[in-house]
Amino acid sequence: MAARKTTGKSNVSADELLKYYKDMLLIRRFEEKAGQLYGMGLIGGFCHLYIGQEAVVVGLEAAAKDGDKRITSYRDHGHMLACGMDPKGVMAELTGREGGYSKGKGGSMHMFSKEKHFYGGHGIVGAQVPLGTGLGFADKYKGNDNVTFVYFGDGAANQGQVYESYNMAELWNLPVVYVIENNQYAMGTSTKRSTKSPNLWERGAAYGIKGEAVDGMDVMAVKAAGEKAIAACRAGDGPYILEVMTYRYRGHSMSDPAKYRTREEVQKMREERDPIERVREMLTTGGLATDEDLKAIDKEIKAVVNDSAEFAKDSPEPSLDELWTDIYAAPEEAEA
Amino acid sequence: MATEILMPALSPTMEEGTLAKWLVKEGDEITSGMIIAEIETDKATMEFEAVDEGTMGKILIDEGTEGVKVNTPIAVLLEEGESADDIKDSAPKAGAKSEDTDGDTNGDTDEKPAANSDSDVAADKPVAAQPAAELPPVPEPDWPEGTKMKSMTVREALREAMAEEMRRNDTVFLMGEEVGEYQGAYKISQGLLDEFGAKRVIDTPITEAGFTGLAVGAAWGGLNPIVEFMTFNFAMQAIDHLINSAAKTNYMSGGQLPCPIVFRGPNGAAARVAAQHSQDYAAWYGHIPGLKVVMPYSAADAKGLLKSAIRDGNPVVFLENEILYGRSFDVPDMDDFTVPIGKARIAREGKDVTIVSFGIGMTYALEAAEKLAADGIDAEVIDLRTIRPMDTATIISSVKKTNRLVTVEEGFPQSSVGNFISATVMMEAFDYLDAPVINLCGKDVPMPYAANLEKLALVTTDEVIEAVHKVTYR
Repeated sequence: MAARKTTGKSNVSADELLKYYKDMLLIRRFEEKAGQLYGMGLIGGFCHLYIGQEAVVVGLEAAAKDGDKRITSYRDHGHMLACGMDPKGVMAELTGREGGYSKGKGGSMHMFSKEKHFYGGHGIVGAQVPLGTGLGFADKYKGNDNVTFVYFGDGAANQGQVYESYNMAELWNLPVVYVIENNQYAMGTSTKRSTKSPNLWERGAAYGIKGEAVDGMDVMAVKAAGEKAIAACRAGDGPYILEVMTYRYRGHSMSDPAKYRTREEVQKMREERDPIERVREMLTTGGLATDEDLKAIDKEIKAVVNDSAEFAKDSPEPSLDELWTDIYAAPEEAEA
Repeated sequence: MATEILMPALSPTMEEGTLAKWLVKEGDEITSGMIIAEIETDKATMEFEAVDEGTMGKILIDEGTEGVKVNTPIAVLLEEGESADDIKDSAPKAGAKSEDTDGDTNGDTDEKPAANSDSDVAADKPVAAQPAAELPPVPEPDWPEGTKMKSMTVREALREAMAEEMRRNDTVFLMGEEVGEYQGAYKISQGLLDEFGAKRVIDTPITEAGFTGLAVGAAWGGLNPIVEFMTFNFAMQAIDHLINSAAKTNYMSGGQLPCPIVFRGPNGAAARVAAQHSQDYAAWYGHIPGLKVVMPYSAADAKGLLKSAIRDGNPVVFLENEILYGRSFDVPDMDDFTVPIGKARIAREGKDVTIVSFGIGMTYALEAAEKLAADGIDAEVIDLRTIRPMDTATIISSVKKTNRLVTVEEGFPQSSVGNFISATVMMEAFDYLDAPVINLCGKDVPMPYAANLEKLALVTTDEVIEAVHKVTYR
């Protein structure tokens, strides 16, 4: 892992740390449950779990304000939960039910929430990068101070349209934070085998875009970097690139046998770098929370996730009429 | 010996131009490479360089003359020792030379001297040169009777549509290559930068995937982008965003994220620009649920449909045609003239056969109908105008009347728009058909460059006439 940065002695409050702990734990438990439901045949198709990468979205969301937007690729459940979307709606979309965010028509890779400014959920590697750049363009055009987080992986970082976007974003000073979630594997291909220049964020320099690498297993470090990037964008000095070094514990998708890396590598990461354990330790050793406190949180999260699973099982399949709805905008939405 | 200086062709589709300004006068010494005149083409004002050396003997066409046909002598250059009195009085003074060649096959075959071939194909209708004046009058139901009309080109109509919509709604903006400072590669956006400023008329880098994706994101972000592709051939670099991002997201989001955006630009063959720049995408985009696909022929439809497209709330692929840009049509002079998307127009009523076409194909359809009328065959011509959603009802009801159908388009034959129309008619009006439907298309080959082969590759008026004879058995 490059550029590991620690938070040092930050003056973070107990409440804040507890919030990060909760938010990250929600993502992990949710994803574990999704994995179970997949195994039971309740979730079909592609399902890409976010386990291990939780600190990335939780840290960045901690730096965001209402009105900021986010867009990502298909490993998107964590982003949705982190920005406040309802776990029930997300899980019910995974099971393809009426109560899902897309009424069951999008699935794991295609969920959206206009209310929470979450713009998907995109299945074509790299496509979300110009799309997100356009969200930033719209905010700049309207003259507000919103910022858009555009997430993509180390795999997408080699897509041409990423660099087309960088060029326009810097040319037009767009308020966009590009977040490269470098989990070291594009499906089964390690960055070592796909990418000649190891520091992906440095490629922004070719376009005059500032950036840095961040330890993505440290939620406080991510938050601090996010604040810096956002401040630059709000000040009209965007865009900004954050390469967040992270790791996914599970396979690329549910069907991935993960032969491209060793069990030991994964185990070592889990034991030594886990972002949730790290915060748990800060809370307990710092005397900010007791084991009892944390147990209560665990229980609370478990209940939320179980409720979401129950909802996702009980919600009916979409009505057959839904096949023919939403192909075009409702007439009243034209002229919006 | 005196050398004639001819009106140059300064763009692939230029048939005539305006001799805007002479930069030399009679008696001046001319050197090779010297800029001697400014010539306005259908796209831009160009400087015209002398090729030969000599003395400017006589200016044959005054500056300010419009409509000077390509290859008309515009001046005479004298060699040393010659005087202006030696100039033969052969060159006509005005710019209307081509009319004296062959009224029927029309005069622009001499525009392409290299194109002469020994086959009779060269005598066929040249694609880029059907004067609008020859077309039959067209019944128009799209505006109230008695509306005052004004003549304008398709180019002006498109420009007016954009300007009117940009005045009406400040979230409408135009982006694309050369739309701003260059004033548009085909001058469609001429003047828009001056009126609306660089915030709303945005020159992009030559990165179609990037700026198309960006525009789709901007539409989700609450704006109404118009994306100009310099040609739709270049949109293939961005087709993932048209289809996967723009067309599908409203559905995938359960209706949360409509995409109000227009993708527009020239589509189909221009003239002599070969395979990578000559393709009709009507069938490609017509295939995709979530897109609307519009392909106007007349200036009135270009204006009215583009305004509707900008207001639509859905992604609209708006397919224009470079050859049609310079043609003039009557357009209703109304404050807010729109044409609904999804409605075909009966361009000519008839009872013996139905010809369905769209875009530039209408040129051949209407011309064929005129000629067939002389043979006593009364063709009904339907201008589809919108490819998706398609107004099949108008086609079906016409076929029920005429019992015969020919479709005309420029695109490739397999999985063509005509194929879809044929299938629809077979399913919905099979018992009314008295002959197999004929789908006329461009030939099943990449577009060749050679002028004679290009003509052969494109659909022609003669082919339409032949097809009508086949389906009417007369």
